[in-house]
Amino acid sequence: MELVLSTAIGVMTGCGVWLILRPRTYQVIVGLSLLSYAVNLFIFGVGGVKTNVPPILVDGVPNSTLADPVPQALVLTAIVIGFATTALFLVVLLASRGLTGTDHVDGRNEPK
Amino acid sequence: MLPSWVAGATALLSLLIIAAFYPSVTNGGVLRFEGTWLPQLGLNFTLRMDGFAWLFSMLIAGIGFLVVVYARYYMSEDDPVPRFFSFLLAFMGAMLGIVMSGNVILLSVFWELTSIFSFLLISYWHNNAAARDGARMALTVTGIGGFCLLIGLLLLGNIVGSYDLDKILAAGDVIRGHSLYVPALVFILLGALTKSAQFPFHFWLPNAMAAPTPVSAFLHSATMVKAGVFLLVRFWPVLSGTYEWFYLVGLAGIITLVLGAYFAMFQQDLKGLLAYSTISHLGLITTLLSLGSPLATVAAIFHMVNHATFKASLFMAAGIIDHETGTRDMRRLSGLFRYLPITGTLAMVASAAMAGVPLLNGFLSKEMFFAEAVETHADSILDRILPYVATLASAFSVAYSLRFIHTVFFGPQPTDLPKPKPHEPPRWMRFPIDLLVVACLVVGIIPAISIGPFLHTAVVSVLGPETPEYSLSIWHGVNLPLIMSAIALVGGTLLYLSLRKYLATCEDGPPILRNLKGQRIFERILVEVSWRWARTLERRFGTRNLQPQLRWVVATGFLAGLLPLYLSGFETREIAFSGIDPAFAAIWLLGICLAFGTAYLAKYHRLAALVMLGGVGLIVCITFVWLSAPDLAITQLLVEIVTTVLILLGLRWLPKRTEGLAESITLRARFRRFRDLTLAVLCGIGMSFIAYAVMTMPVPDAIANYFLENAYSQGGGRNVVNVILVDFRGFDTLGEIAVLGVVALTVFALLRRFRPAPDSMDLPEQQRIQNRFDEDRPERSAGDTVRDYLLVPSVIMTWLFPVIITFAVYIFMRGHDMPGGGFSAGLTLSIAFLLQYLAGGTRWAEDRIRILPLRWMGAGILTASATGIGAWFFGYPFLTSHFQYVELPLIGKMPAATALLFDLGVFSLVVGSTVLILVALAHQSIRINRLRAIDVARTEEG
Repeated sequence: MELVLSTAIGVMTGCGVWLILRPRTYQVIVGLSLLSYAVNLFIFGVGGVKTNVPPILVDGVPNSTLADPVPQALVLTAIVIGFATTALFLVVLLASRGLTGTDHVDGRNEPK
Repeated sequence: MLPSWVAGATALLSLLIIAAFYPSVTNGGVLRFEGTWLPQLGLNFTLRMDGFAWLFSMLIAGIGFLVVVYARYYMSEDDPVPRFFSFLLAFMGAMLGIVMSGNVILLSVFWELTSIFSFLLISYWHNNAAARDGARMALTVTGIGGFCLLIGLLLLGNIVGSYDLDKILAAGDVIRGHSLYVPALVFILLGALTKSAQFPFHFWLPNAMAAPTPVSAFLHSATMVKAGVFLLVRFWPVLSGTYEWFYLVGLAGIITLVLGAYFAMFQQDLKGLLAYSTISHLGLITTLLSLGSPLATVAAIFHMVNHATFKASLFMAAGIIDHETGTRDMRRLSGLFRYLPITGTLAMVASAAMAGVPLLNGFLSKEMFFAEAVETHADSILDRILPYVATLASAFSVAYSLRFIHTVFFGPQPTDLPKPKPHEPPRWMRFPIDLLVVACLVVGIIPAISIGPFLHTAVVSVLGPETPEYSLSIWHGVNLPLIMSAIALVGGTLLYLSLRKYLATCEDGPPILRNLKGQRIFERILVEVSWRWARTLERRFGTRNLQPQLRWVVATGFLAGLLPLYLSGFETREIAFSGIDPAFAAIWLLGICLAFGTAYLAKYHRLAALVMLGGVGLIVCITFVWLSAPDLAITQLLVEIVTTVLILLGLRWLPKRTEGLAESITLRARFRRFRDLTLAVLCGIGMSFIAYAVMTMPVPDAIANYFLENAYSQGGGRNVVNVILVDFRGFDTLGEIAVLGVVALTVFALLRRFRPAPDSMDLPEQQRIQNRFDEDRPERSAGDTVRDYLLVPSVIMTWLFPVIITFAVYIFMRGHDMPGGGFSAGLTLSIAFLLQYLAGGTRWAEDRIRILPLRWMGAGILTASATGIGAWFFGYPFLTSHFQYVELPLIGKMPAATALLFDLGVFSLVVGSTVLILVALAHQSIRINRLRAIDVARTEEG
């Protein structure tokens, strides 16, 4: 499990990093989304990988077997905030495209 | 003038209050006030008054009051007087704070405050460039000094283990024996010497003379510059007595003493002369303190008081002369005694005190200084030359005092004064000078009765049991100090007589050294550091391009991640290899392929990349389900939907990009890609390793258990994640929804001003075909078919509206005990609205429902905050939640926690924000048509 998950995190990070280093705004926004998946999964993974024990209290099930709720709470808000920043970035991207006529991250086609 | 009355009353009141404390500080008594500030860090708002602090406070408040009276007449009606008095009072408060601080960190805070208010006071006439420069220089020098002082005090606190002044004062031997003694000493001295304008930091004081004269009389005679020597006296019991102290303090003091007096002789500006004389007298006090003998310290404290009285009155006299004649240039002033007989007499007495003429207070402390100079303290060259140096400096001071009086008040009638008819100032403007000069005389003639007891109180509080026997009488018989005084008086007079001709016409500043200005060196350094270096750094490392910046960020992040691995080695602590579930591996195989596909296609095939990105998101969502995080899975799924719709809405304004048509790939581009690829691969591998290491580490017994155990008993919920969000960490959540709201508003505001680029896409082919079909048939009008396109799904979507709303309510209600909650319910409801937009188009949807997302947001944040505030009414801290179960008919037992109300706020805000963002973007397509229609109409008219 851990092996699969960490490989996946690595791949998404790699793809995300590659994309945010690209010159087009769309690539950067997609890259950031990929990076946020990777980071969310990473933070989530810090609490340990457990199956079938959601942190929901059920009588008769000892607490210590349940999954760690703290990283989950952190990631939950991170997902929502991630949506907000994606939206903000998208709007900035569109405004920049409208103002400069290009979708290059620096607002011009060729860097100086 | 009301401001001056308020200021005067405040100062007088402080003076009276301080005076009333006298009985509690006699005989080594200490008054303390302790207010908690940051007790965890040993930092308290401790005020402490002993005899020395009392004497100094009296000086500050007393001279402060006199300066206010003086300034009432000095300041012109056109000046912004309220600002002046408020700065002055603020400065006075900060200064009182320094002397009364019982905690050294607090002292450092007040110390900074005096630097800031002195900056504001010096630059009071901010239209004057000299005032601005002088203020900036004073702030830079004393500010750097203040920073050093803070470091020194932190070191001192570290040595002693407490920042409390009493504890530090009781730990002298520990401090002097500690290995950090020298660094602490050096930093504290840097603070003290910069503040007291000691060589080599003396140059800021003459430049600060651009300040209004009342400011100079207050700051540059009695208070600001005395703060440095105050600090030296304060820490004298614990820091002095070592060779380091003697050499550092002594060298600075002696050089300042002589150099200041020498420079003062050659000044042409009255205030310049007084400024250099102040520097020299402060040097005298510093020298006394360096000797490490109790008697010298008595003399130092005594001289601080004496210097404050005569120098404040001289500054005020200089101010009157400036006020009445319009100039302070001694080459133009002459023979003013006939116009200003009373001011002249007062100035003469004060000058004589400055020169150390018998029967005045300056004489007494100067005699004590001579007596100490003759004594051997730490046998060395410095100690042996001290008597000669002291006599020489004293002769200089006789010469400049004489010059001050002789040039200004005697000699021929003045010829080229800017104001030709000077006359005596108003009665009350002169009153402060009267009072101070009388003090000089009284202390000078009957010292033992007038100042004696107060001085004794101060000395006892500093020296304690070490207090030496000293006598404050005027006549000690013919001894060495008296002879030295006589030599200085005669020598100084002769020196002045021989230099008179030269001084009457010479340029400002002493010969030869005139060109060596500390000011110029300071400014050159300033320009070098703040301009040239900064420019060079910016040229070298700065870039306006995003990519290099991101590259640096990523590379730095990678290295920062590598460092701990490098330092402590990489080892996986296998808890239990939980095996690889083939199904899980299979979906992630797909996920990895999708991630690669996204990265590969994002440049030319945006839609495909978006679809693949959504696929990755879904697999992340499945992972959450798999790994016991149902809440995350729900949220992820919903966010995935809205994000995809959002980006879809934006796609149409991005420029067309066709594969193969664009750039031929240059070598540089190849290199760039290779470099980025390497970086990406490295980061990916690194992240995999760290993730693997973290996940295979045994999870420490952390805070998780606390939440698991108390979620039900304290939060009243079974879904621990939700309880954490709305109860335990409710304040964090409040912050997060606020961020969400701010972002939504920003998006909304940005889009209101936004002029989108022209659509990069034509109508889709299917729509064109359908339109053509309509055009070919006369009975149909264009658009009919398009309108009915996807009719069945859109009817379903419309009918699903209430179902989804019900579902959202359900998710919300169960959130406390089961997966769900405000965040996911809010997203669900916004998707319900979104579907209506999708089903019928923006116009259709808005004709039928008015959503008013801003109201939702406002209601949300208000509900959440009000829930938090509600706890106050029951005497609990902000956001404390309360719960109980209530029995409802039909539904049964329901949790009724205030946390649910908080969650309602979260829900409402999430709905509002999400809808606001999406709708704002959706409106762009309407707006662009409207704009286009306007353009078309214009061209038709034109």
